[in-house]
Amino acid sequence: MKRAGDSAYKKSRAEIIKADFKRNKVLYFLFIPVLVYFIIFHYIPMAGVFMAFEDYNIKKGLFGSDLVGFAHFLKFFRSQYFIRVLRNTLLISFYGLLFSFPFPIIFALCLNEVRRKGFKKAVQTISYLPYFISVVVVVSILFDFTKSGGVLTNAATAFGWKGGALISSPKWFRTLFIGSNIWQHLGYSAIIYISALSGIDPELYDAAKIDGAGRWKQTLYITLPGIASTIVVLLILRMGSIMSVGYEKIILMYKPATYETADVISSYVYRVGLIQANYSYSTAINLFNSVVNFIVLAVANKLGKKISGSGLW
Amino acid sequence: MIKRSRGEKIFGVFNFILLSLLCIIFILPVWHVAMASISDPGKISAHSGLILLPVGKPTLGGYKLVMQNSAIVRSYLNTLIYVTGATSFSLVMTTIAAYVLSRKNLYWQGLMAGIIAFTMIFSGGLIPGYMLVKNLHMLDTRWAMMVPFVVSAYNIIIMRTSFAQIPEELFDAARIDGAGYLKILITVVIPVSKAIIAVITLFYAIHFWNSWFSASIYLTDRTLYPLQLTLREVVLLASDNAIVVDTDGQDIMIFRPLIKYATIMVSTLPMLAVYPFAQRYFVTGVMIGAVKG
Repeated sequence: MKRAGDSAYKKSRAEIIKADFKRNKVLYFLFIPVLVYFIIFHYIPMAGVFMAFEDYNIKKGLFGSDLVGFAHFLKFFRSQYFIRVLRNTLLISFYGLLFSFPFPIIFALCLNEVRRKGFKKAVQTISYLPYFISVVVVVSILFDFTKSGGVLTNAATAFGWKGGALISSPKWFRTLFIGSNIWQHLGYSAIIYISALSGIDPELYDAAKIDGAGRWKQTLYITLPGIASTIVVLLILRMGSIMSVGYEKIILMYKPATYETADVISSYVYRVGLIQANYSYSTAINLFNSVVNFIVLAVANKLGKKISGSGLW
Repeated sequence: MIKRSRGEKIFGVFNFILLSLLCIIFILPVWHVAMASISDPGKISAHSGLILLPVGKPTLGGYKLVMQNSAIVRSYLNTLIYVTGATSFSLVMTTIAAYVLSRKNLYWQGLMAGIIAFTMIFSGGLIPGYMLVKNLHMLDTRWAMMVPFVVSAYNIIIMRTSFAQIPEELFDAARIDGAGYLKILITVVIPVSKAIIAVITLFYAIHFWNSWFSASIYLTDRTLYPLQLTLREVVLLASDNAIVVDTDGQDIMIFRPLIKYATIMVSTLPMLAVYPFAQRYFVTGVMIGAVKG
């Protein structure tokens, strides 16, 4: 049946396209600047990834430089930094997920139990404050708190820490990085849970009360299941970005003394590429990172669809 | 109302204390810096621990120094230019893209949306991006702060979701009046979408005000530095020679310990002033984004 109608189908398809263009000409013309912008600033750099497979030379250009295949990738896998930056990336991501993921949920749940509207509103508003502060300022304050004689350094010293300024110690880097992230994003991340909580049908609670369920049981059997799908979707999203850590903040925070635990793939890409001007090598490392990231995201998405029926695409 | 049990009452009190403590933690670091910035410069270096009230006699000397400093004032103006320019440009592009993608009967709609969405999961990365800006001769120009990589695919999607919820009758009515797509955008879509436009403007403006990384790779000329980059030099790289060099007089020696605190405050105050008003819009935006996400 399909074969019989093939030519007719093709013709009508061309006609559809033509009619569509005629009808929506203005829209397509409006879209041209957007399209041009995205091609120039996103798709041309994507093509630039090609330099990962060559010895890029500015004079010879992207198409004239010598091809080297996977040499840069192999060099990276064999280098002494490979294990270090991969380990640091995964550990910071993993601990970040472990500690910063549950807090907004707990915060939203606690806020949900507050009966006084004014107090609730005030807490919520204050919780957004850190989000409006720039990373440079957050790291500046963190430096002030963790220098020798800083508030946090003093506190750690009181508990028996003997290493001096926390910011210069590799042992503390992850804690400080993730801790300050939680401080900055807790309120913001909680918004979505708070809105999910407010969407739960109040009748469910009334029914539970009649059945004699206390607040704790209501939380366990109504509130948590009510926001479970939101939690799953956000968890997938976070797992999908396991290879990308906030490297802008890392670059602000780390020092050669803390590279051991602080240097991640993207901060290494930054140093190799922009400071040492080793363009091809840096691009290769970044491409490795992007590809792994992409695979993880695709797997997480598939998993999410299986578990909750909702994915990103 | 059903009477609360003993356990629930205890939890209520505990919860109240916990959340109050949390609020203190949210505010305290900023408060510390604010108080440090007006402390007695002679005593602050010797002081350790949290500063809850100004140490010694309060002074505005640090602020005076910062305000008189040409490097900081200049980067402040630069930031104002960059935020205005980048926000306007991105906003126009975002609105157009969102409008086109929100129309339902476009044949190429899926493809166009895909082209934009794909950039959220894959990018060329740092070096190809840098080479592009270099080849466009934008390095060390103000354009580098206002054009490359400023339009956010995420914001386009949020705005499109919002545009798509506008009742179709409004479009039909305008069409009957003979309005074309462009006229509908200006006379129908934009007027009824003031809230989402405010949200997106806010997202962009906050982002550009706080951003420093692109400036650090595209700009080497100090006279073009945005505020965040100057702040980074003063506070994090601890090289306040940027400031010391062009400020003369004795003030600099006396108030030097206050410079970093005052600079932090000066660069953060506009955000702190805007945020209580902005946060309502902000929550709306996150929610629209979440529906889509």
